[in-house]
Amino acid sequence: MNSSTYCKGTGHSSSKQDFLRGYASKSGDIQVKFNKFDTYLCDGPANQTTTNKDELMTFFTDMTKMRRIETVADQLYKKKLIRGFCHLYNGQEAVCTGMEAAITKEDHVITAYRDHTFMMARGATPKEILAELLMKSTGCSKGKGGSMHMFTRNFYGGNGIVGAQCPLGAGIAFTQKYNNTGNVCLTYYGDGAANQGQLFEAFNMAKLWDLPCIFICENNKFGMGTPQKRAAAGDDFYTRAHYIPGIKVDGMNVLAVKTAGKWAADWCRAGKGPLVMEMDTYRYVGHSMSDPGTSYRTREEVNNVRQIRDPIEYVRKLILDNKCATEDELTAIEDAARVEMDEAAEFAIASPFPEPGELYTNVYKELVPVRAVEMTDTLIVVVNQQGNKQQQQQIKDIILFGGMFIIFILLICLFGPLKNVQHHRSNITAAEQQQQQLR
Amino acid sequence: MMLSKNLTQSLLRYTSNGAITKNASSRGFHTSKVLLAGGPSTPINYPSLEIPNAGETQKMNLFQAINNAMDISLRTDEKACVFGEDVGFGGVFRCSVDLRNKYGAKRVFNTPLCEQGIAGFAIGLAAQGATAIAEIQFADYIFPAFDQIVNEAAKYRYRSGGQFDCGSLTFRSPYGAVGHGGHYHSQSPESYFAQTPGLKVVMPATPIEAKGLLLASIRDKNPVVFFEPKLLYRSAVEDVPIGDYEIELGRARIVQEGSDLTLVGWGAQMKVLMQAAQMAKEKLGLSIELIDLRTILPWDVECVEKSVKKTGRLIISHEAPKTGGWAAEISSAIQERCFLHLESPIQRVCGYDTPFPLIFEKFYLPDHLKNFEAIKKSINY
Repeated sequence: MNSSTYCKGTGHSSSKQDFLRGYASKSGDIQVKFNKFDTYLCDGPANQTTTNKDELMTFFTDMTKMRRIETVADQLYKKKLIRGFCHLYNGQEAVCTGMEAAITKEDHVITAYRDHTFMMARGATPKEILAELLMKSTGCSKGKGGSMHMFTRNFYGGNGIVGAQCPLGAGIAFTQKYNNTGNVCLTYYGDGAANQGQLFEAFNMAKLWDLPCIFICENNKFGMGTPQKRAAAGDDFYTRAHYIPGIKVDGMNVLAVKTAGKWAADWCRAGKGPLVMEMDTYRYVGHSMSDPGTSYRTREEVNNVRQIRDPIEYVRKLILDNKCATEDELTAIEDAARVEMDEAAEFAIASPFPEPGELYTNVYKELVPVRAVEMTDTLIVVVNQQGNKQQQQQIKDIILFGGMFIIFILLICLFGPLKNVQHHRSNITAAEQQQQQLR
Repeated sequence: MMLSKNLTQSLLRYTSNGAITKNASSRGFHTSKVLLAGGPSTPINYPSLEIPNAGETQKMNLFQAINNAMDISLRTDEKACVFGEDVGFGGVFRCSVDLRNKYGAKRVFNTPLCEQGIAGFAIGLAAQGATAIAEIQFADYIFPAFDQIVNEAAKYRYRSGGQFDCGSLTFRSPYGAVGHGGHYHSQSPESYFAQTPGLKVVMPATPIEAKGLLLASIRDKNPVVFFEPKLLYRSAVEDVPIGDYEIELGRARIVQEGSDLTLVGWGAQMKVLMQAAQMAKEKLGLSIELIDLRTILPWDVECVEKSVKKTGRLIISHEAPKTGGWAAEISSAIQERCFLHLESPIQRVCGYDTPFPLIFEKFYLPDHLKNFEAIKKSINY
């Protein structure tokens, strides 16, 4: 395999990364130019943007933290404190960071199982992320999800089956359109998932109903251990949706990602329907922790990308060239990230595992009898305790509801016909029946 | 209650820091070193099936036996091909290792990540008479392909009035708990498929049987879903005959004869049941008849019936959740046939009716203690 293929970046004419043609203006603005976007059925934004010291420092800090949390996850996995599956994001940080900078916290995000850094971008704390990785009760999913199943506000996971999140993204986007929220949904998937049928079903619905959905293909060049070229008949993922406009972005350049992301979000907010973005990026690590990531590519290839296209190094160079900060200040940021993640790891390690009774909660909304536990006395006690709590709450609810019901009847007697009473009566009966079942 | 004590103990073991990882690490699942090296193997205390006129044997673990079966199939049947995600370089569990080198990339090849596509493609291939051996990387990933397998493959012969079929089709897929697989790398979906007339569902418990059953499945003239216990890929080792042999589908194996109680299971659960049976023998002096169903659909109802008429007691155990699991079907069929012979209610010792848990796997699994307690309960009824 020609390793240099992956080192050039989008549309590079030479193998050298033309890092920046920027200059600092008097106002502190920094003009940055990057490679032209490849577009499909649209013009796309200009290949330049204006940034400033604050933004660059934020990008550097955020991406450094992301790299660090994955390093810590890697260590914890090797210490066998993390069990199950664990997929790291090293190398792809610019995608997650740049897109988050392009949207608001009211917008929505869904991705697959390489999800730790998305949690951070969405505002979750390293503590709850690492605790979830260690299956601790302080984790974001109470320790019940693990690495692949993380959720936080306006972030819908954390999905384990390749490509399964794509139609969900379309559904989330539909809600935005239906409720006229003006928000968009970022639906991430990989180049491997791009070959799943579900994605094309989602494309069709999204375009049919012009949903504010941005489909983002993080093309890290490998679907598990199979190189993109051997799995996909065409390697232009941004043109794949046929009738949906697309744009190909240098996914290692956070400013290019942000520029394209802002443009894409505006497109969706303007009611023009969905978009496909292909992020040309690269994963330094294996598909998961069980994959050393070297059997289907050379170490040289990985090192070349690291040296030439690393997203954090790109921002570092911008910062230093524009004298936004000194080397020492950047080192201080890295040290702070290290301390923060180490503390989060200590917190996670010290946290307790979930209570055994949690095995039965969240299966249904109600606590239903769990079959096959007849013989497990210890656990039943826990379930009963929780059942009692729930029962007490339900009794409270019934009293409250009953009170409201009486007031409602009085109001109706006073002011109007009794046409809704039957309906409410049946609700009460259902609640009573539920009570009896619980007893 | 002895079981509660045991459970409490296991609970304590589980919740105290460190112990869980110690136990889980000994399995060596999905650690790169083990994957690359071929893995350490520990012999199991489980009687090997004797194959008549077996000839020369070789020590193999379960994935090597599977590999050997596919090797024989590719060698003896020029229409056979093997495909699936990452199968070309050996698959994530090394089952197809070296096959591409031996038989070429035209017959052993990677597919994109598209389970539904793989299944439909395999059906079309088989409908043209090719011997299609398709791998779905984990049984948990088989659900996108569920429609193709259940609606297309299973009904092909019936809905065309016998003009077309995809009988030369076999889906292989690793199933079951491994210690820490979590929600999407641990499930046992056999009973979803077992409710589909037109399919056969096979689950081996040992390397010798895995090889013979897989060869029989590949050559069977009906579409077969073949679930492999991934927990045993490396840990189960036997002297497997290197020659070509088949084990008839639809026939259970009486692993151990007994007179007091019949214990039925399949796949990786057999080792657990053997442990429970041994415990019952040592602690209670009971003689347990242990039956490995091997084929889930069509299952060997006569064998179980005969055994229950002899022992009067039946326990069925599987990892999948209890409600609607295959144990329910067995329990129902046996009470229809053996009602007056039963000395105690038929029991099912199964997974709980929850999603397969990540952190709570040890609680969830129907281990030997739960089975032992069920045996006691049945005898004391």
